[in-house]
Amino acid sequence: MNERPSPEALLQRLRAEEARAGRGRLKIFFGASPGVGKTYAMLEEARAKQRERVDVVVGVVETHGRAETTALLTDLEILARKKIEYRGITLEEFDLDGALARRPALILVDELAHTNAPGSRHTRRYQDVEELLGAGIDVHTTLNVQHLESLNDVVAQITGIEVRETVPDSIVDSADELELADLSAEDLLQRLREGKVYVPEQAARAIDRFFRKGNLIALRELALRRTAERVDAQMRGYMEEHGIRETWPAGERILVCIGPNPAGARLIRAGKRMAASLKCDWVVLCVETPGQSISAADREALIQNLQLAQELGAQATTLSGHSIADEVLAYARAQNVTKIIAGKPTHGRWRDKVFGSLLDHLVRGSGEIDVYVITGDAEEGGPARRRAGKARAGWRDYAWASLIVAVCTVLGALIFQSVSVTDVAMVYLLGAGVVASRFGRGPSVVSAFLSIAAFDFFFVPPRYTFAFSDFRYALTFSVMLVIALVISGLTLRIREQAETARLRERRTGALYAMSRELAATRGFADLVQVASRHLQETFDARVQFLFPSAEGRLHAPVGVPPAYPIDEKELGVAHWVFVRSHNAGIGTDTLPSAQAFYLPLVASGGTIGVVGLRPGDPRRFEDPTLQRLVETFAGQAGLALERALLAERAHNEQLEIEAERLRTALLSSLSHDLRTPLGVITGAASSLLEERSHLTDTTRRDLLQTILEESRRMNRLIGNLLDMIRVESGALEVQKEWQPLEEVVGVALIRLEDRLRGHSVTVTLPPDLPLVPLDAVLMEQVFVNLLENAVKYTASGTPIEISAVAMNGTVRVDVADRGPGLPPGEEGRIFDKFYRAAGAGTQGGVGLGLTICRGIVTAHGGRIWAENRPGGGALFRFTLPVTGGPPVPVLAEAKESAESSPAG
Amino acid sequence: MAEGTPLVLLIEDEPQMRRFLRAALESHDYRLVEATTSREGLAQATSRNPDVILLDLGLPDGDGIDLARRIREWSVTPIVVISARGKEQDKVAALDAGADDYLTKPFGTDELLARLRVALRHAARVASPAEPVFSVGELRVDLAARRVFVGSSEVHLTPTEYKLLTVLVRHAGKVVTQRQILKEVWGPNAVEHTHYLRVYMAQLRHKIEQDPTRPHHLQTEVGVGYRLRLE
Repeated sequence: MNERPSPEALLQRLRAEEARAGRGRLKIFFGASPGVGKTYAMLEEARAKQRERVDVVVGVVETHGRAETTALLTDLEILARKKIEYRGITLEEFDLDGALARRPALILVDELAHTNAPGSRHTRRYQDVEELLGAGIDVHTTLNVQHLESLNDVVAQITGIEVRETVPDSIVDSADELELADLSAEDLLQRLREGKVYVPEQAARAIDRFFRKGNLIALRELALRRTAERVDAQMRGYMEEHGIRETWPAGERILVCIGPNPAGARLIRAGKRMAASLKCDWVVLCVETPGQSISAADREALIQNLQLAQELGAQATTLSGHSIADEVLAYARAQNVTKIIAGKPTHGRWRDKVFGSLLDHLVRGSGEIDVYVITGDAEEGGPARRRAGKARAGWRDYAWASLIVAVCTVLGALIFQSVSVTDVAMVYLLGAGVVASRFGRGPSVVSAFLSIAAFDFFFVPPRYTFAFSDFRYALTFSVMLVIALVISGLTLRIREQAETARLRERRTGALYAMSRELAATRGFADLVQVASRHLQETFDARVQFLFPSAEGRLHAPVGVPPAYPIDEKELGVAHWVFVRSHNAGIGTDTLPSAQAFYLPLVASGGTIGVVGLRPGDPRRFEDPTLQRLVETFAGQAGLALERALLAERAHNEQLEIEAERLRTALLSSLSHDLRTPLGVITGAASSLLEERSHLTDTTRRDLLQTILEESRRMNRLIGNLLDMIRVESGALEVQKEWQPLEEVVGVALIRLEDRLRGHSVTVTLPPDLPLVPLDAVLMEQVFVNLLENAVKYTASGTPIEISAVAMNGTVRVDVADRGPGLPPGEEGRIFDKFYRAAGAGTQGGVGLGLTICRGIVTAHGGRIWAENRPGGGALFRFTLPVTGGPPVPVLAEAKESAESSPAG
Repeated sequence: MAEGTPLVLLIEDEPQMRRFLRAALESHDYRLVEATTSREGLAQATSRNPDVILLDLGLPDGDGIDLARRIREWSVTPIVVISARGKEQDKVAALDAGADDYLTKPFGTDELLARLRVALRHAARVASPAEPVFSVGELRVDLAARRVFVGSSEVHLTPTEYKLLTVLVRHAGKVVTQRQILKEVWGPNAVEHTHYLRVYMAQLRHKIEQDPTRPHHLQTEVGVGYRLRLE
């Protein structure tokens, strides 16, 4: 001990010790939030004390009905609570007088921050505790960090919840012991989910806001720091050594705002130093505004600065927005930033007056965030701020500027006789305006001076000297100069803005074009191709997509030659990107020696692949803005590809389900629908063969007839099954020929002649119905199936109507009956495979007829549907496209028409 | 069996089918020679000189269409092809190769006998000159006078329609492929223009059929051609 305490300090300590003598000892069980186990810890220690034969009394303990806490209360003496009447309600409070009267060695008083019911002696419980301590009774109590006065506002900032019940820090500071009840945020959330945390009713609304992992971690940090500080303070306090007393707000976070210029480096270093001293996270942010134009050199500097920031451990981000200050503040709030570092303005004050000051805006809007302003001068003589666009004008521009001044002089000389001198000045002004608008700042300044000189020399009396007699001309000169400068400044600015807007527009346009084409594209391979093309065009890079195989190895899509050689090393980088779902490769800090810049294709279900872009210019993707843009593109592509993958998977699954269903149905129909007629045939034939049977001729005939009918039925079933298989397997070859519908209808009617005998079938075809391109064999089957269907479901004697009508480009065919109609809601389902409506009767087929119809009509490019007819009955309708027309027959008849009838 | 009854050469590899045909034909006074392969069939056709040949297209040792063509090279014996539905192209090919008619499996005895009768009649007609008047049901075609009647009223046909009708009359009862009709009516250059045929067939039906949507005389053999019914 080199430094002895000063006599004053010693005296102070003695007094404090005297004050403490005879006082009870205070121990606080300190926690980050409700539910961490403070009360539990307090009770456990109390039991331990009791076992040591210390006289322990429970003054007040809130168990909140928790069984594990209640269990600890057994065997402990509990002080009866005092009942206080307040506005007709009986409130139970800690009985201070009872405790003082009982005078135990140690009393447990839960929840130090509690506010006593009105009518108690003290308004706050900590005052009760003070009194108990003063009476020489040791007190154990509990406290949450948010109730600590000094941390109250920090907590409110973190959680967004104001805590009104605070306890002065002095109570905690004077506590003899501070024990931290600690629980990790995860465990606490787990307890919360298990309902082990007591939440007061009034706080229930805020529970979700409060019990967020981020909040809990921050609060825990606060509690830990506060405890650590106290430990420090105790140690140093003994030596009366009061160092810097830092109150650390939890989760300090620094944001360094840089602009697109070299001056940022200094700010970044300053930010690093501050972050290091505060041991906290830091972020470097650059906001680009639409009106801002950035020269190549400045962009270069910006890239370097952002990289510097990343190297120094900052998170570097570029945002764009209209107002720098608003973006910075919004970002800062979103990221829980507590300190913002910005550069000192380098421009004159007038600019702030005119355009508003960024710093002013920032400071005014910062609220609880501290703003530090630091000198942001460029370091180590880096390139000074430079204007973008036409920064350097060529000698031609100066020549033009001079020429225009000469022209103005000539013009001025021509009109000089008839107008006043000031009007001649107007001519020069016009010239200066033209130069400023076309040739940039340098030439416009030169032209302004030349104009003034020429004007003075040639027109201002005394003429042909540079002297001027009237002082008013000085004003003219300066106005000319100022106007020339203003115009050139504005023009440059507009041009730069146009350039930025154009670039932005082009990129947005490119993104939009890609999204649109992706939306219109089907199939994974095509989507990959579309995305590759757009990425290649927009970013001028070779683009390679890589997708994981079933074993998780990345590979290029099959059948497409790689856009650039992809060796093991490149694949390694891509794999890293795939696994981490993070950009890497050239232009980034991760594996920058790769040939290409790799991005994960992130979709809603995770990373589905990787895309690599190998730029022509290796430095191209160092620009974080461009990286973000590529990310946007990759994101779009990823979503589209995921959609395709999911669709493919769903489709395959659907196909499998369908196939499975078909197999099952086919088996059952084969076993049932084919065996039934077979059974009948077998039975009938064997009866006929039986020698000793005494069959009458009529019976014999009946049996033979049955055999014949059942065989035909089987033939139909097999025909349907075969057709179905052809439709299903896609082996349906439609051989379209231009046919009159009448002929096809006729064939079907004749084929079903026997079965249609009970029904009257009317066919109504307009005489001018065009020929329809159709496959007659297949279309006959459609009519046969529709007619059979009608026969199957309608009573004998009811009419069946077939009609057709031509309407723009299609022929619509109706097959209508007057049967029971379709079960409502089933109109769409009846075309499903193996669908059989109730009441199909024994004539019922396999339930394939309509499915075959749909298959055939669809294969013809038409559509088939069914509806119920007004007045009862079902209507089956299908359309067939009639595009173009039949090749015009070279009708021999045309020549013959002149001839008379052959008979005549 | 008497020498006068027609001799049928059955070229069919399935024993059950042969059994059925044997029973059906022999009970209707046909004599029968059987062959189970294309080779055997060709040999029998040469040696036995049958009156009509029943040819199954699905033979184990070769193409029935090919066999029809080879027989047709030296013989005018009518050939009736047996094939399943959905094999329309095979039928057309066989008919174009020289077969006279076809039967679609499964078929009944009635159908079989009707086809055989038509085939035999046509074979007979090749020897004797055609009848000047063709008549079936209400339809009467006076080939000499070039006049067509339905019942008692005369029907006026354009020259093409008349030509079309006479082609079918000439092959009455037999199927005539589209190609064959097109060739005979419009000439060899028109064989691809099937829609000519359809348009005229429709017109012809409207003139001679009572209900053109259910033609009685002019029957469509879907995917193959047309047939003028004899019943």
